[in-house]
Amino acid sequence: MLHLKLKIEKRLEHFKYENFLISVVSLIISLVIMGIFIWINTGNFADVVETYKELFTWPFFPELGLVDTILKMIPLALIALGLLVVFKMKVWNIGAEGQLYLGAMATTWGALFLFKNMSNSISMITLLLIFGAIAGALWALIPAILKAFLKLDEIVTTLMLNYIAVYWLNYLIYGPWKDPKGFNFPLTAVFPKNSWLPELGDTGIHIGIIITFILVFVTYFIMYKTHLGFELKIIGDNPKAARYSGISIEKNLIIAMIFSGALAGLAGSIQVLGVQHRLQHGFSTGYGYTAIIVAWLARLNPFSAVIVAFLFGGLLVGGEQLQIVMRFPISMISALQGLILFSLLASEAIFKYRIKITKNDPIKIGGEFNGNT
Amino acid sequence: METLENILAAAIRSGTPLLFATLGEIITERSGILNLGLEGLMLIGAIFGFIAAYTLQNVYLAFILAMVAGALFSLIHAFVTISLRANQTVSGLALTMLGTGVSGMIGRNYIGQVAPKFSKIDLPLLSKIPLIGKVFFSHDVLVYVSYILVAVTSYFLFKTRLGMNLRAVGEEPAAADSAGINVFLTRYFATIIGGALTAAGGAYLSLAYTSMWIENMSAGRGWIAIALVIFSMWEPYKAMIGSYLFGGIMALQLRLQAEGKINISSNLLMMLPYLTTLIVMIVFSFNEKFRKRVGAPSALGIPYSREEKT
Repeated sequence: MLHLKLKIEKRLEHFKYENFLISVVSLIISLVIMGIFIWINTGNFADVVETYKELFTWPFFPELGLVDTILKMIPLALIALGLLVVFKMKVWNIGAEGQLYLGAMATTWGALFLFKNMSNSISMITLLLIFGAIAGALWALIPAILKAFLKLDEIVTTLMLNYIAVYWLNYLIYGPWKDPKGFNFPLTAVFPKNSWLPELGDTGIHIGIIITFILVFVTYFIMYKTHLGFELKIIGDNPKAARYSGISIEKNLIIAMIFSGALAGLAGSIQVLGVQHRLQHGFSTGYGYTAIIVAWLARLNPFSAVIVAFLFGGLLVGGEQLQIVMRFPISMISALQGLILFSLLASEAIFKYRIKITKNDPIKIGGEFNGNT
Repeated sequence: METLENILAAAIRSGTPLLFATLGEIITERSGILNLGLEGLMLIGAIFGFIAAYTLQNVYLAFILAMVAGALFSLIHAFVTISLRANQTVSGLALTMLGTGVSGMIGRNYIGQVAPKFSKIDLPLLSKIPLIGKVFFSHDVLVYVSYILVAVTSYFLFKTRLGMNLRAVGEEPAAADSAGINVFLTRYFATIIGGALTAAGGAYLSLAYTSMWIENMSAGRGWIAIALVIFSMWEPYKAMIGSYLFGGIMALQLRLQAEGKINISSNLLMMLPYLTTLIVMIVFSFNEKFRKRVGAPSALGIPYSREEKT
C-alpha cells in the first residue's frame, strides 16, 4: 500500500527580506479572515469593502486621522521598544499596560500636587517625565525581582499587577483625585499649562515624537552595540550556555525589566502630558497589550517597531472611526490583533520549515513525523 | 452561622468557574502544552453558552455547545503550537486577544438580554447535613458536575493507561514516542479537552452564576486559573482547594461591596483577588516543593519534533 508521508524539515536557504515578507503575508491573511467574518456577520460584501476603505484611508490622510494615528503611534512605539529588550531574552513582560498606568499616575501626582507651582515649564516637564519613567520602572521591578530570586512566573505576576494598577487608577479618579468641578465624571482636574508638552509648530503633534525617535536609536544601540545587548541575546538563545559562560541572568533580567518598565511608564507620562492633560478613565485603549504584537510583528527590531507602531496606531484610529461610521464594536480591533498574531506565528513556521511529501519507506522506523500513526 | 454558611456556599459557587478552567489547564499542561489563552476561552464559553441558551431555551444543550466552541478555539492553539511548533506563550496571548475580541463582537447584540439559567437543586439527604449540606450540596447541577470532574480527572491522569501516556508525553516526549505513544495526537487531545473545560468555566458565568452576558465578564479569572495550576502543583484535588479559596475571596469582596458596611472604596476591594494571587504566589515560593516546581511537567512549553533532539 502506498502511504504518503509528511515530513517537516527546516529550510536551509533563507531569502532576502524574509522577515518583511512574513509580516506582510500575515497581515494580509488576517485581513482576509476578518473580511470573511464581517461578510458573514453583516451578510453584505459591500460592507467589507467599505470597512477596509475606511480602515486604510481615514487614519493615514492629513486633514482626516493622520495626527491621531501619530499620537497613538508614540505610546505604542515607546512601549514596544522596551518590550523588544525583554522579549530578546525571552522574558514575557505582559505588564506594560500596568507600567503605563503607573507612569501616568505618578505624573499626575507630580503635576497636580507635588510640583504644581513650578514656574519653569522645561524643568517641570523633564521632572514629570522622569517621574513617570521611574514609576513604570519600579512597577516592572516587582515581577523582575520575583522572577530573579523566587522564580515566579512573570506572565502571571505582571498580569496580576496590571489588574491591580487598573483598579488603583480607578480608585484615584473616582475618589481622592476626582475633579470637584468635573460633574462627577471619573477624571482629575486639568494639569497646569506649564506641564503640557509643547507642540511641534501647529501640527497638533507633541514633542513626544522626538523623544520616541531618540529612544529608537538608544534601544538600537543597547541591543546591538553594547555588551548588555549581546548578553541578552545569548540568554534568549540559550540560557544554559549563558550561565556557563558566567553571564548573570538575574542581573540582566532586572536591568532589562527596568528599561522596559521605564519606557512604558514614560509612554503613560507622555500620554497624559501631551494628549489628555489630565488623568481620566480609559486613558489607555490597551496600548500595553497592542505593543506586544507591535514588538513581535517588528521581529524585535527597533526601527521596524516604529513603522509597525505607526500601522497599529492607524489600526486603532481606524477602529474608532469604524465604530462611528459602521457602528462596529471596538472589540473588532482586539479580534483582528489576535488574528494577526496567529497568522504571524503560522507564517513564521511555514517560512522556517517546509513540508515535504514523500512515499513511505517501510524499513525506516521512527525518525520522522508520520501523519498516519 | 447563617452568614458563614452563605459565604462558604458563595465561595463554592464563585470558585466553580475557576475549578473548571484549572482542571482543563492541568490536563493540557500535563501533556506539555502551555495554554495561556484561558481568559479568551472562558469568554468564548460564556458568550456561546449564552447565545445558545437564549436561542434554544435549553441550558444543558447550551452548556455542551459552549464546550464545543471552546474545543474548536483551542484547536487553533493546538495546530499552531503542536503542528507548526510555534511559541506557546505568544500563541496563548493571541488566543486571549481573539477570544476577547470575538466574544465582544458577537455578544454586542446580547447585552442586557436575559437567558434561562441553571436552577438550584438541593441534593436529597446530603443537603440536610448541617453546615456541609448547605455549603456543598445546595447548588446548581454544574457544581455537582465539577465535583465529579475533579475525581474523574484525577483518576484519568493517575490511574488510566491513557492518562499515564498523557503525562509521559508531558515529561519525556522522546521516550514516550519511542514507546509507541503518539505525541502529537495526545497533545492535541489534551489541548482540546482543556479548552472545552475552560469554556465550561466561562459558560458557568453566563448560565449559572448570572444569566446574562457582560463584555469581559471573566474579569481575569482565566489568568487566576493559570496561577492556580501552579499552586495546585498540577493535581486536581489541590486545584479544588485553591479554586474555592479564591472563590471565597471573590465572594467576600462582592459581599463587602454590597453590604457597604466597611468604608473601603469598591475599586480597592476589587484589587483583592489579584493581590491575593500575587501574595499567595510569593508565600508559596518559600516552600521548597513549590520552588522546585514539583509536579510541573518537564517538557512544558517545549515544542516536540522527532528530528531535532534538544
